[in-house]
Amino acid sequence: MSLEKFMNEAISPWMRHDGPDSDIVLSSRIRLARNFSSQPFPTVARGEPLEEVLSFMDEHFTDSSFREYEGLQLVKMDDLQPIEKRVLVEKHLVSPHLIEDRENAATIISENEQVSIMVNEEDHLRIQLYFPGFQLDKALEQASQLDDWLEEKIDYAFDEERGYLTACPTNVGTGMRASVMMHLPALALTKQINRMTPAINQLGLVVRGIYGEGSEAVGNLFQISNQITLGKSEEDIVEDLHSVVQQLIEQERKARQTLMNRSPVQLEDRIYRSYGTLRHSRVITSKEAAGCLSDLRLGIDLDFLKDIPRTILNELMVLTQPGFLQQYAGESLDPEDRDIKRATLIRERINLEDDN
Amino acid sequence: MQCQRCEKYPATVHLTQVINGEKNEVHLCDSCAKEQGYMNQEEEKFSLNDLLSGLFHMEGSGSAGKLFQGNKQQQKESLQCSGCGLTYQEFTKAGKFGCATCYETFNERLDPILKRVHSGNTTHHGKVPKRAGGDLNLRRDIEKHREKLHQLINQEEFEEAAKVRDEIRTLEEELNQDKGGDS
Ligand SMILES: [Zn+2]
Ligand SMILES: [Zn+2]
Repeated sequence: MSLEKFMNEAISPWMRHDGPDSDIVLSSRIRLARNFSSQPFPTVARGEPLEEVLSFMDEHFTDSSFREYEGLQLVKMDDLQPIEKRVLVEKHLVSPHLIEDRENAATIISENEQVSIMVNEEDHLRIQLYFPGFQLDKALEQASQLDDWLEEKIDYAFDEERGYLTACPTNVGTGMRASVMMHLPALALTKQINRMTPAINQLGLVVRGIYGEGSEAVGNLFQISNQITLGKSEEDIVEDLHSVVQQLIEQERKARQTLMNRSPVQLEDRIYRSYGTLRHSRVITSKEAAGCLSDLRLGIDLDFLKDIPRTILNELMVLTQPGFLQQYAGESLDPEDRDIKRATLIRERINLEDDN
Repeated sequence: MQCQRCEKYPATVHLTQVINGEKNEVHLCDSCAKEQGYMNQEEEKFSLNDLLSGLFHMEGSGSAGKLFQGNKQQQKESLQCSGCGLTYQEFTKAGKFGCATCYETFNERLDPILKRVHSGNTTHHGKVPKRAGGDLNLRRDIEKHREKLHQLINQEEFEEAAKVRDEIRTLEEELNQDKGGDS
């Protein structure tokens, strides 16, 4: 398979578009946890109840469309090879939890891959909607309408006092997790993000590194999301998140400006070294690649590097994950072979830009 | 405060027991509480790293104290969800509910847990589903109108207030019709 064709399949169509503030906010997501009132949750249910949920979803929503989210398709996890499942996780279309031996697990994905409805994860349904850039309000509005559309057919588990009933007490109430993925290289480089995290936590929001182990943020990518789901309205939760993200954007821009003013040559050097590494290395770990890609993206945002599309960071962060690498190779690879394949893929990707 | 049984270790378990109408305060250290059967062996196996399990553990042994009728352990063991068969013990161990009915079954024990997870909140203030919410949307709407009516009366804007009052009447009629339709 050619790299271009492979990339087209690998990158969700919505990811190719820029959104507001997309120099810093890569994507906005709303996730709603919902359950059928009549069936036990996947936490305890085995067999029949879960089968019923799955076949209900298949029957009512396969090949259906809601607005621009057309061509909904149900994909059963049991029908996929291990590498294909990993690929779905790496595209953030399903959670790692969904592919871990869950019974009757599936996901319903729209053609543009903005919508993904996980079936029989921890809850019967986990409705996810993605938007490029900083578009939390729009994501909430559309997710809520999608939710209404689903509710026309499904009897949700809902209680006047506790709200939407979920398997885990941490999700009850709105069942909503709103999150944004941010690229914060300057705040990370100046270690400001560590100082800001406690204050953000105080507001009931969580800052998490993406792709890294534990709290480490590989590629300077951070996810900011709400912790509390009960006692506040969806709009209030999103508003709180919105204002914190807005502040982080401003702080990141300031920090970038400061770096530019104080040590422009050092910054330029760092960016070009990373660019060189990506262009020429023959073996590269995912961690090193992520760091270099972050620098490369910063270089693009700061106009050091021209003619390279911004989305290269999102793209290559996904493409250089183990699942994708193995799919691209067409075989399973051990870690050392993956590091070689990763270097090759990145070189080819950057060369594509030279050809254009 | 010291443990009232061994008088050696600080009391970490605080309970108010009501037996035959008589109130009795109990303050024990962890190990005495275990020996006396206030905390059972299962609970001991909780992984402290697990945030949620930690929360549930706190519920039994935390400083907040709880009011229980009769023997705590007995009550815990007898509590089982009629919807999915999950026992309270299993619920605290896994930190997950088994079905919608679990929320009713364990309702009396949920407030402290929810408060800890959701910054003191225990009730939902967000979206109400169109069908599963029944007439809740309508009742909330009436509530909002009433608040507005109060405001307008306080501000002596009587003309506006009269309009809002009429709106409330219409909404209330709608609510009554819904109820009539159900029976
Ligand atoms: Zn003692
Ligand atoms: Zn239950």
